[in-house]
Amino acid sequence: MDLDFSAEQDAFRAEARAWLAARVPEGPLPSLETEEGFAAHREWEARLAADRWSVVSWPEEYGGRGADIFQWLIFEEEYFAAGAPGRVSQNGINLLAPTLFDHATDEQRARVLPSMATGEVVWAQAWSEPESGSDLASLRSTAVRTPGGWLLSGQKTWSSRAAFADRAFGIFRSDPDADRPHRGLTYLMFDLRAPGVTVRPIGRLDGKPAFAELFLDEVFVPDEDVIGEAGRGWRIAMSTTGNERGLMLRSPGRFLAAAGRLARDWRTYGDPADTAVRDRVADALIGARAYQLFTWANASRFAAGETIGAESSLNKVFWSEYDIALHETALELMGSDGELADGKWAEGYVFALAGPIYAGTNEIQRDIIAERLLGLPKGRR
Amino acid sequence: MRFLLTREQSDFARSLDAMLTSADTPAVVRAWESGDHGPGREVWRRVAEAGVFALAVPEEHEGVGLLPVELVVAFRELGRHAVPGPYVETVAAAVLLAGSPGLAKEWLPRIAAGRAMVTLAEEGGYALDADAAEAVFVLGARPAVLPPGGALRVSSDAARRLFAVTPAAGAGEALPVPVASVVAARESAMLLTAAQALGVGDALLARTVSYVKQRTQFGTPIGSFQAVKHRLADTLVGLEFARPLVYGAALSRAGADVAAAKVTAGEAAYAAGRTALQLHGAVGYTQELDLSLWLRKTGPLRDAWGRPGDCRGRVLEG
Repeated sequence: MDLDFSAEQDAFRAEARAWLAARVPEGPLPSLETEEGFAAHREWEARLAADRWSVVSWPEEYGGRGADIFQWLIFEEEYFAAGAPGRVSQNGINLLAPTLFDHATDEQRARVLPSMATGEVVWAQAWSEPESGSDLASLRSTAVRTPGGWLLSGQKTWSSRAAFADRAFGIFRSDPDADRPHRGLTYLMFDLRAPGVTVRPIGRLDGKPAFAELFLDEVFVPDEDVIGEAGRGWRIAMSTTGNERGLMLRSPGRFLAAAGRLARDWRTYGDPADTAVRDRVADALIGARAYQLFTWANASRFAAGETIGAESSLNKVFWSEYDIALHETALELMGSDGELADGKWAEGYVFALAGPIYAGTNEIQRDIIAERLLGLPKGRR
Repeated sequence: MRFLLTREQSDFARSLDAMLTSADTPAVVRAWESGDHGPGREVWRRVAEAGVFALAVPEEHEGVGLLPVELVVAFRELGRHAVPGPYVETVAAAVLLAGSPGLAKEWLPRIAAGRAMVTLAEEGGYALDADAAEAVFVLGARPAVLPPGGALRVSSDAARRLFAVTPAAGAGEALPVPVASVVAARESAMLLTAAQALGVGDALLARTVSYVKQRTQFGTPIGSFQAVKHRLADTLVGLEFARPLVYGAALSRAGADVAAAKVTAGEAAYAAGRTALQLHGAVGYTQELDLSLWLRKTGPLRDAWGRPGDCRGRVLEG
């Protein structure tokens, strides 16, 4: 057991740090939940991609560096420590790309991945439906066979980034007569500007159109945009949701950087006599360190050839609750400025509030922890 | 980077677990509570045979250490089995005494072999199990050694027998140890108390999980109710994120990391105790149930060798 990085890992860190120090934009970009911000973020991602820093864990042929999991964690630490912008492409990179690596054809990978890496095509996820959230198997939107492809109809909702994104991915019911609800589903990619698609942005709590509803009326999708075998969408999607909850969505680097900012703010604005706030700032630092070490332990298991299964639910509950607590502390620390909608912690707080809801609600995660990790009996929901 | 126990470390934990399981530690705890140290000394001897104290003693004094990760592994097992006695204090005293060549030569080989049971306390505080120890080492501005004795004060965990370190402690024999050794002893005590708390929390969770699987109400095991499941899930989250902090602190041995491990493991074990009590219901509130042997430890272990507020302050100092 050790916490020592190798000379190669240190060199990788130094290279990333130097690159970021020279190029991270001064001052924050406009919010990526706005049209202006979307454009600015695309530019930033193109700059990252030009030097192969946008998708470090991908194989080199698709614009990556073939980084292993420790290099990825190192890069993420450096990325957030440098104050670099949030990633507009994250839904594609974190959710769709792993699925493509596992289930797509070579042709699909060659067609889809490079433009994802540069931010030229930004992907939105289209999982949820109005009546189908955590119970994903209950979804109703359909894919009907047509010559050369499929016709998609129905409604998707809570589609992150869809207000400004280019394409989307999701699962559709392709066999309404299948004997079980999670059979007869097909995983497809589609164009958000195709005929028959209506995108209606939904204002988030803070008014920004961070997600959208999609209305689909016989939208044609060619066969080449089916991922994996038709009718096998559920299994394929499950491998994606595992990614979403697990290691790849929330790197510790993000929380280490945020906790560091909070501690600096406490030293600037904090009242040393107010031990209640001081304790919560300390808890933020401790939580970030705990999350980092937990992730290193999982990465070590992963590197040793073990798989990470239901443990990713522990991860999800932890970071989502942690993120809110950290931001609540920051807002309290800011005093009356904490209320300002354009304050330095405000957007992060609104984003954090969604954490326990998306990627499988924390209620579902706790059921998974109790049943699969603690072995408790299944019961009434 | 390989932040994962080695096979040897895991095997060591398993063999300690097997030995302590066969030792019937609940009976040992009950004897210790009543002042009968016999069964507890027998466990102490077997723990020493397994090499635990040697992990705290350098090779030149007949030990194999200092090996903090292995010590953490061992103290988690001691916590899981609710083993009574001044284990943390004896190991921390070894760290203190290593700072003086004369004292090290006098004490460490005996500590490593399990022949010396000693205790350690802060000046003005309580010495744990001083009635069983052959010496009381006192930390503070003027580290000292006192003969054991004094009046018994009963802890809320009856297996922790406390003895006031008298205000006349200045009368004890002064110890020629450097300040760095005092700091290192305190940090060792803090780290190993955290590891012990983690083991206590793990035991409380495991016992509660098996109880809610077999206890039925409304015709179904209570473990199938979502309200019960979610409390236990949160308990596991608390323990699983305390665990890497404890091992990480054993590796880095930085003061802030040790404090972070202490407060987090202590709080996680305390929360595990609250959940265990609630889900066992009234039977959990009784002395007869073995669960009580672990339940009563959670408060004292959370506060011993670094209260939560002090630890959080230490974390912010960096």
